[in-house]
Amino acid sequence: MREIDVSKITETVKKLVIDANYYIGKDVSDAIKKAVSEESSPTAKEILNIILDNHEISETEKMPICQDTGVAVFFVELGQEVHVTGGDFEESINEGVRQGYEEGYLRKSMVGDPVIERKNTGDNTPAIIHLTVVPGDSIKITVAPKGGGAENMSEVQMMKAADGIEGVKNFVIDRVRRSKGNPCPPVVVGVGIGGDFEKSAILAKKSLLRDIGQRSSDPVMAKVEVELLERINKLGIGPMGLGGKTTALDVFIEYIPCHIASMPVAVNINCHAARHKVVVI
Amino acid sequence: MAEVYKLNTPLAVEDLKKLKIGDKVLLTGIIYTARDAAHKRLVQLVKEGKDLPFDINGAVIYYVGPAPAKPGYAIGSAGPTTSYRMDPYTPALLDIGLKATIGKGNRSKEVLDSMVKNTAVYLAAVGGAAALIAKTIKKAEIIAYEDLKSEAVRRLEVVDFPCIVANDTFGSDLYEEGMKKYNEE
Repeated sequence: MREIDVSKITETVKKLVIDANYYIGKDVSDAIKKAVSEESSPTAKEILNIILDNHEISETEKMPICQDTGVAVFFVELGQEVHVTGGDFEESINEGVRQGYEEGYLRKSMVGDPVIERKNTGDNTPAIIHLTVVPGDSIKITVAPKGGGAENMSEVQMMKAADGIEGVKNFVIDRVRRSKGNPCPPVVVGVGIGGDFEKSAILAKKSLLRDIGQRSSDPVMAKVEVELLERINKLGIGPMGLGGKTTALDVFIEYIPCHIASMPVAVNINCHAARHKVVVI
Repeated sequence: MAEVYKLNTPLAVEDLKKLKIGDKVLLTGIIYTARDAAHKRLVQLVKEGKDLPFDINGAVIYYVGPAPAKPGYAIGSAGPTTSYRMDPYTPALLDIGLKATIGKGNRSKEVLDSMVKNTAVYLAAVGGAAALIAKTIKKAEIIAYEDLKSEAVRRLEVVDFPCIVANDTFGSDLYEEGMKKYNEE
């Protein structure tokens, strides 16, 4: 049994949330550079260039890429040979969020109750933690700060088996079409198929952890991803919804088994500030 | 061909009438921030016939909840939030003198109609370009609703704040026109 103290987890999470919000992945920057060269709309080109300039400024000035530093969403793979000592495991992650959002000058965007008072919790907690226990003696922590604008354009549909893959494609495209400029396009589209109601949504979110350009390991789904990306980029929505060829940077599909009566499909949309960082303790 | 206009606040109607969708605007002067929670309170003041915390005549409201400022900085990252959440409140403010709103994403029909009626515009800022936009904000000060934290009403001094005309005073809509022009379905 390997012992890991909660203070180590807190320290790691603190650094992780700051890094994820200051530094965009090279995959995203590269995809936007490519889009600039392919765009014909002057407005779209201008917007994409502003986004690229912003990446540089946030990195050199050590400022968040976007003021919406998001809900702190975590995917944690906890090795079953690890014994977490010194305190509460989930609280150690929340403490890391608390410290990171304060020390990194990140915006605190969580309200305590969602309907009546909507009072800010003041420290961006609680984090959303998706935990799985896996073989091994390490802890893999991935953070994906998720802004509200893109999250609000996401949806789950309990489809019928008869809807088939064409039904899935139409739902994904329609969801992006209806989102227009709201989720800060060019977006990244995460699709989760199967499981049950909530699992499909988690899967859609998890698919967004892929790097731009990383295709599904399933050759059929990989083809569907490419087709959907092409069709979405024909919608004309463009960067920030003001018209153009670059509506999405990529489409990721993940699927798992489901009930014989069901075909849950979730679409989780990410903005162009598609942030995620991983660390293994 | 789209033009580039340097405009000062408070905005003059003659300046606004020059703007067409797709034009670039570099805004200099004072602008005010407000999001959903602040709008709810502002519109309540209007309903009660009370004074707003700032002069609304020719004013610009920027939909933003900035990140905290680092020491030595006027403001933290400060990109636009999605505008449709403010749609239910916007016509009431346009009716009493608000001349421009800055945000991201398209507006409701009620807001579009109200902009034409009141000779006002909607300017799109680039969502997610928050560090770049912060550099054009030289001073920031909370003037109302401090309890709302990042959602408080702030008075910003901006120099060449970059935005694009999304809805002009003639009722044109770049969200609709742009999408139509580049749609290849």
